[in-house]
Amino acid sequence: MKTIDLVVIGGGPAGMGAAIAAYDAGVRDILVLERDHRLGGILEQCIHNGFGLHRFKEELTGPEYAWRFEKELRERKIAFRLDTMVLDLSEDKVITAMNAEEGIFRIQAKAVILAMGCRERPRGALNTPGTRPAGIYTAGTAQRYINIMGYMPGKKAVILGSGDIGLIMARRMTWEGAKVEMVLELMPYSGGLTRNIVQCLKDNDIPLLLSHTIVEIHGKERVSGVTIAQVDENRKPMMETARFVECDTVLLSVGLLPENELTRKAGVPMDVRTSGALVDQRRMTEIPGIFACGNVLHVHDLVDYVSEEAEIAGRGAAEYILQGSEPDPNPVTVRPGNGVRYTLPQRIDRAEDTTIFFRVTDVHPAVRIRVKAGEETVLMRKRPRVAPGEMETVRILGSKLQGYMGQTLTVELEEEAEHGT
Amino acid sequence: MEREIICTSCPMGCHVTVTMEEERIISITGNTCARGERYARSEITNPTRTLTTTVAVAGGGVLPVKSDAPLPKKSIPQYLEKIHEVTVEPPVLIGDVVIEDICGSGVNIVAAQNVI
Ligand SMILES: Cc1cc2nc3c(=O)[nH]c(=O)nc-3n(C[C@H](O)[C@H](O)[C@H](O)COP(=O)(O)OP(=O)(O)OC[C@H]3O[C@@H](n4cnc5c(N)ncnc54)[C@H](O)[C@@H]3O)c2cc1C
Ligand code: SF4
Repeated sequence: MKTIDLVVIGGGPAGMGAAIAAYDAGVRDILVLERDHRLGGILEQCIHNGFGLHRFKEELTGPEYAWRFEKELRERKIAFRLDTMVLDLSEDKVITAMNAEEGIFRIQAKAVILAMGCRERPRGALNTPGTRPAGIYTAGTAQRYINIMGYMPGKKAVILGSGDIGLIMARRMTWEGAKVEMVLELMPYSGGLTRNIVQCLKDNDIPLLLSHTIVEIHGKERVSGVTIAQVDENRKPMMETARFVECDTVLLSVGLLPENELTRKAGVPMDVRTSGALVDQRRMTEIPGIFACGNVLHVHDLVDYVSEEAEIAGRGAAEYILQGSEPDPNPVTVRPGNGVRYTLPQRIDRAEDTTIFFRVTDVHPAVRIRVKAGEETVLMRKRPRVAPGEMETVRILGSKLQGYMGQTLTVELEEEAEHGT
Repeated sequence: MEREIICTSCPMGCHVTVTMEEERIISITGNTCARGERYARSEITNPTRTLTTTVAVAGGGVLPVKSDAPLPKKSIPQYLEKIHEVTVEPPVLIGDVVIEDICGSGVNIVAAQNVI
């Protein structure tokens, strides 16, 4: 069996970024495995601009952003193989993959970086009743049809879910000549970025109906319309508000799920909150030498954060390969508290400057983010506004962490007590 | 009169309040940085957007393209119509001009993907 120092599974922005960072940290024997016929991952179908504002200080389209990384990968002559599907990963880091040239082959890796991205929740997870006529797509599938194959999925659409992909597709379909009747959102707030609500919906006069859902999809062979209704505070449809909307297409944009089949096969312990692996500050999972970054670890809305995380994982893997790593007997455990859905990393095993990424459970106007150890406040930060759709961060300095090794840090929200209640 | 504009120059999405007297801007508040003020001003006077879409590729498939500078928002349908008429011959590289000076706007439509 061939042995390779570092195998990266997935050639999207996470995989490419991690491979580049590992190379720059001194690893030379690297192989990136990608199942698609090109590098770039999901960015290849995200042709709108707005990528890379944090990182490159300019607005790039998805393919342009991916190309910057592919160029760097090629300049370093980092090996990659396309049209290669990874089928299995074992706990001792044996990778089983398959492609047309080599058939099924196995590689023993010293370290592995998981960068398989995420996929969309399919309709099955939705339990919308009604027949199953043609014309129902996930927003991502519609995006691939239009932006890669040049095929329009319909003329009159209703979009369920106001996540970013749904919003982007509302504009895209409008610009390609379709009529987007409305975007429906089950929650009382949108899960998408504000800029997308402005530039995709407001610009094109597409109504966003909050606290609304589809209760029935009509049509025998092709979708002929949907029945929509407002929902109450328990998200139950109020049938007295039901009305029919004619359309030939329904796009579902109801969330993303990290693609962790391989992670589970390897027996990597998972976090139920992120649906990804439990990791330390270097993005190493609980199996030494297996790392994870990007959307396979937790769903990111901005690719800039994916790239940042990929660098951390790439450097971490390089350190593991070149220097080995002694497991720390005394790690800091990080966990979500009041108002926080998840935190990442879940473990910090060295007192070094660490950014904790987290998501909140609800929209809040003005809040304080408190990191505490027991009842002691470790640090406090103000935010003018937080929302579940936008990832938040707090940075803790290594000098501060020093005093908390072996303890549990909780990240929680505290409303600013303006009204004295 | 007050107009509320959500700055979209970065993911912060600040709510910027522009106070107007007749056609004159009196004050701009709520922005976190200078870009927010510039954005609010241009949203009031001449809103612009970067245009991204695709053009047909001879032999099948599509090529993602974008405007190399923001275009006036109100004329976007007109630009789209023009772009949809185009078919490109590969090879095309990122940055190649697909339509020069679209509709006399001074802005080019350029390739945003390599097709070899
Ligand atoms: C439909 C869709 C639209 C999106 N739109 C936006 C957007 O507009 N803006 C934004 O910032 N973010 C968007 N995102 C989020 C976006 O996915 C991330 O910003 C970023 O692209 C994630 O990078 P990644 O490398 O983690 O995952 P991906 O880009 O998904 O890359 C993962 C790669 O791994 C490969 N892979 C998976 N499993 C295997 C396997 N077993 N063997 C070999 N290869 C494998 C896949 O083929 C893919 O190329 C979108 C996500 C989706 C699903
Ligand atoms: S005002 Fe500045 S910080 Fe606020 S959204 Fe605009 S660019 Fe971003």
